[in-house]
Amino acid sequence: MRAADAFTPLAQDQAAAISSRPSLSYWQDAWRRLQQNKRAIFSLYLIIGLLAFTFIGPMIWTVDPSSQDVDQISIAPGADRSAILVKDYEPWYGELSEDFVANDNAVGLTFAVAPSTQSVRLSWQAQGERAAGGYRIYRNLFPITAGRSLGLPLAETQSLYFEDRLDLRPIDYYYSVVALNKRGEDSDLVATLSTTVTRVITRREAERRGLLGAAEQVAYGHEFQLKLHPLGTDYLGRDMLSRLMHGARVSLFIGLFAPILYILFGVLYGSVAGFVGGLTDQLMMRFADFVVALPFLLFMILFKVIFGIGPGESGIMPMLVAMVVLLWPAAARLVRGQVLQIREEGYIGASRLLGAKTPYLLLRHMIPNTMGVILVTVTFAVPSAIFTEAFLSFIGMGVAPPTPSWGSMCNEGIKTMLTHPHELIFPALFISVTVLAFNLLGDGLRDALDARMRNRE
Amino acid sequence: MWRYMLKRLALSVVTIWFIATATFFGMHAVPGDPLTSDKATSAKIRANLEAKYGLDKPLTTQYLVFLRNLSQGDLGISFTQENRRVNDIIREHFPVSATLGILAVVFAGLGGVLWGALTALYRNRLPDTIIMFLVILGISVPSFVIAAIGQLSLVNLNNLAGTSILPVGGWGTVQHMILPAMVLGLSTMAYLTRLMRSSMLEIVNSDYIRTANAKGLPSTQVFSRHQLPNAVLPVVTVLGPAIASITTGGFVVEIVFAIPGLGRYFVQAVQQLDYTVIMGTTVFFGAFLVFMVIVVDLFYGWIDPRVRLD
Repeated sequence: MRAADAFTPLAQDQAAAISSRPSLSYWQDAWRRLQQNKRAIFSLYLIIGLLAFTFIGPMIWTVDPSSQDVDQISIAPGADRSAILVKDYEPWYGELSEDFVANDNAVGLTFAVAPSTQSVRLSWQAQGERAAGGYRIYRNLFPITAGRSLGLPLAETQSLYFEDRLDLRPIDYYYSVVALNKRGEDSDLVATLSTTVTRVITRREAERRGLLGAAEQVAYGHEFQLKLHPLGTDYLGRDMLSRLMHGARVSLFIGLFAPILYILFGVLYGSVAGFVGGLTDQLMMRFADFVVALPFLLFMILFKVIFGIGPGESGIMPMLVAMVVLLWPAAARLVRGQVLQIREEGYIGASRLLGAKTPYLLLRHMIPNTMGVILVTVTFAVPSAIFTEAFLSFIGMGVAPPTPSWGSMCNEGIKTMLTHPHELIFPALFISVTVLAFNLLGDGLRDALDARMRNRE
Repeated sequence: MWRYMLKRLALSVVTIWFIATATFFGMHAVPGDPLTSDKATSAKIRANLEAKYGLDKPLTTQYLVFLRNLSQGDLGISFTQENRRVNDIIREHFPVSATLGILAVVFAGLGGVLWGALTALYRNRLPDTIIMFLVILGISVPSFVIAAIGQLSLVNLNNLAGTSILPVGGWGTVQHMILPAMVLGLSTMAYLTRLMRSSMLEIVNSDYIRTANAKGLPSTQVFSRHQLPNAVLPVVTVLGPAIASITTGGFVVEIVFAIPGLGRYFVQAVQQLDYTVIMGTTVFFGAFLVFMVIVVDLFYGWIDPRVRLD
C-alpha cells in the first residue's frame, strides 16, 4: 500500500460546516436571554423613562424648583386653584356684615363675614359671669371629637369678636371659642364652628402675579385660575413636579456614579490583588477587610463633616467621595475571587506564552471576563446607593437644604404627613420605583449573564 | 479551633485599632473644634479649656493618649455635656439600640425563614406570588417611608379602636418596641425570604432529599428534618452583615419613632463636633460589629459540622 493512499483527504462535507444555529457571542446570548425576561425588560423601560423624566423633563416643565408660590402652599395635586378677586384689606372692629347669619350654639359663635384667606372674622354673644376671664380662641385642622384638643390657641380676648389672619389656607378649619373663668382657665362653655375657607386675591396681588393687566377692568368676585402645579406644592409653595425632576438628578447622579466609581476602583484593586497573589494579595485583602469593618453609616456621616459643606454647596461631592472610600472592598473581593479562578484557565497561559505582559492580561482577558459579574454588581449597587443618599438626606446629613433630592423631600414631607400626605408620597414613590426597577433589572441581568447563578430562584 | 479563635481575636483587635485610628484622624481633620462656639471666649479661657481637654498637645501625643485610654476601656469625657463620661452615655443608650436591633434581627430571621419556606412549598402558586410581591415591595420601599406608613396606620388604628392599642412613638415598654422593630427588620426579612426561597428550591433537587423520599419518610419529616435545616444555612451566613446593617440602620427608625438610642445621640454629637462622643461611639459600634461577625461565624461552625473553622 502506498503511503499517499493512507492519507486521502475526506471530501468536504458541506452539511457539517453549517452549524445548526448561528453562533452568538457571550453578550448577544445574554441580551437574548434578558429579552425573554419580561420583568427585566419592563424595568429597563422604567429606567429609561426615569432618565427621560430627569433629563428631558426639566426642558418641558421649566418651573424653577426653588421659586415659591405663596398663594398655593402645600396644595395637593388636582386641588381647586381658583381665587376670587376681593377688595383690599380693611381693618375690622367687630361690626357685622349684611350676609351675617346668627347661630344658636353655646356662645352664639358665628362668622361675621364669609371666611376667606384674607381673614376669618368670628363674633359671638356675651356670656356674662360665666366668661369672667374673657374668651380664648382655638383653631384646629381636624374635626374635634371627644378627648381631642381644640388645636392651636390663637388669642385671648375680652371683646366679643376676633379676627384670624394667621397663615390662612383654602382648607377646612375648626374654630372653637371657650369662655374663661375668673382665674383664666378654660370652662366647659365651648362652641365649635367649622368652615371651608375660600381663596381670595386682591387686585394688587393679581397684578403682581401677572393674572391681571394694569389697565384691565374686572369686577370684584371675578374668578382667577392660579398657576398650575400638576403634582401639587410643598410646605414652602415650591412646585413638586419640578422639585422631583431636579431631585432625581441628585438621587440618580449619586445612585449611578457612586457605584460605577467604587466598583471601578474595586475591580482594579481586586484584579491586581488576585493576579499578583502571594503576600501582596494577603496584605491588600487584609486592608479591604479593615475597611469593611468600619461602621458604614457612621462613617458616611463623619465624612460629611470632615469634608465640610460650605455655604451654597450642595453636599453631593462629599457623599460621592465617602461612598467610594467606604464601599469598594465588596467589589474588590468579588473580582479577586473571579480573577483567581480565571488565572488558571488555559487561554491565560496561552496568552502569556505569546508574550503578554501583566497589564495586558488584566485589561484584555481578566476584566472582560469578569464583566458580567461586575455589571450585575453595579446594578444591585445602584438601589443601595440611592437608599443611602435618601437615608442620609432624611436624617439631615445628606444634601444641603436648598438642593432638592428625593431623600430630603421625604424628610420635609414626613413632617406634614398627616395633613398633606402628597408631600411624602411622591418622593417616596419615586425612590421605591427606581429601586424596584434596578432590583428587577439586576435579577434579570444576573440570570442572563451569570451562568452559575442561572436556574436559581 | 482554639488557634482559630485566637487568630480571629487578634485580628479583631487590629481591626478595632484601625477603626479607632481612622476615626481619630478623620475627626481631627475637621475644620473647627468642639470649643468653637457662638459664645465669645477670650484667648486665655480658650487656652485653659484646651489644656483641660489636652487639645494643646501635639496631635501624635493626643493620639497616644487616646489609644492608651481606649486600651483601658476609657472613652473620655464629653465636650458638650459637662462631666458626662462617654462610657456612661453608651451604657445608657446602647441597650436601647441593642434591644431594638435584637428584636428586629429575630423578627427578620424568623419571618424570613418562615416566608421563604412557604414560598418554596407553594412554588409558582398564589401564596408564592403574593409573598414574593410583598418581598419586592419590602426591598424597594425605604425604611423611613415604611416607618411613616406604619405610624400613620397605627394612628388610624388607635382612632378606630378608640383607645391606644400601641403607642406611636417613644420608648419604655414592650408595646413601644413592636412597631419600630418590625419596621427596622422588614427589609432584612424581605432579603432573607428571597435567600431562603432560592436555597430551599436548590435543596429540593438534591440527592439526600430524593433518598429520604425514596425510603418512605413522610413529607412533613422530609421537610422539617432534611430540607429546612439545610436551607437555613445560607440565611445564617448573612446574619452577621444583617446585624451590622440593622444596628447602624437603626437610627433612622430611632429618629422617626423618637427612641432614645445611641444612633440619635451620635447624629447629635456629630453636629456639635463632640470629639470624644463621636470617637467613642464609632469605636464601640465597630467593635460590636466585629464581635457579632465572630459570633455568627462560630455559630455557623456549630450548626453546620461540614464547615471547618481554621
